[in-house]
Amino acid sequence: MSLTLDIEGPAAPPRLNGELVFDEPWEGRSFAMVAALVEGGHFSWDEFRDHLIAAIARWESDPSGEYQYYERWQEALESIVAEREIVAGPEVDELAAAYAARPPGHDHGENDHHHHDHDHG
Amino acid sequence: MADHSNTTDRLSPAVRVEALESLLTERGLVKSEVLDGFISRFVNDVGPMNGAKVVAKAWTDPDYRAQLLADGTGAIKELGFAGPQGEHIVVVENSDDVHNVVVCTLCSCYPWPVLGLPPEWYKDPAYRSRMVREPRTLLSEMGLDLDDAVEVRVWDSSAENRYLVLPQRPAGTDDLSEDELAALVTRDAMVGVAKVGAS
Repeated sequence: MSLTLDIEGPAAPPRLNGELVFDEPWEGRSFAMVAALVEGGHFSWDEFRDHLIAAIARWESDPSGEYQYYERWQEALESIVAEREIVAGPEVDELAAAYAARPPGHDHGENDHHHHDHDHG
Repeated sequence: MADHSNTTDRLSPAVRVEALESLLTERGLVKSEVLDGFISRFVNDVGPMNGAKVVAKAWTDPDYRAQLLADGTGAIKELGFAGPQGEHIVVVENSDDVHNVVVCTLCSCYPWPVLGLPPEWYKDPAYRSRMVREPRTLLSEMGLDLDDAVEVRVWDSSAENRYLVLPQRPAGTDDLSEDELAALVTRDAMVGVAKVGAS
């Protein structure tokens, strides 16, 4: 793993406070899902933190590609909802694969899930 | 036909997030508008400007400063800033002899109510490992050169504590109001990777 801190490129340390909070919309959705589930009492922030630490440690023990914090965040979210039997891992895999198989130009809108032949039962 | 390299690429992570949100929504566990609310709050309403107000008040009100150093969470809550990751905030004060800097080696913990969500560099594996091992060198790379006589204290955030640095008030700011002082305080100074300049 490279331990050079990128001080010029996209991860450059900003000298001011003006950068985007979320680089991509999905980062915000993943963040907000954890906040909503904590608020709903499904798990605590500290319990989520344990999963986040584990997800980051897994990546750091076998780094592949560029480190992306919110990918590890999403991995931690998937792992805690699986552990709590809220959503099983294979369900996410299956639906994500179905979404990924949509033809190019498909509307990715959130309310457009009905014509995927995924069993939502 | 299916382009598998492209499919693999699209599987992570945006499509996984979309799939999980869909499954949680079907189960009645999240609502799209609730998620929008959390995002809006952390994009628009919670950020380093909150911490800057805390610092400026501490600079102008000695009693508040003492209270802030004794009970960070309580003193910060008094200004209306509270919420997730703000339950155990410890404020550490810079001086002519001591410079404090904050890191979270395990998971990028950060005091959200006063600083918002952490910037990219704070979450970077290089920052997280190097700030502990060679803080002076890394601080220098980030543009902060400290005199050898200054002691550097590195605070590693944990489930128990989130740290906020109280930077030194810059010289020549005696005539500024609390609001004007708050405008000088940067996020980077409150993490400890910069100093506050006078303009």
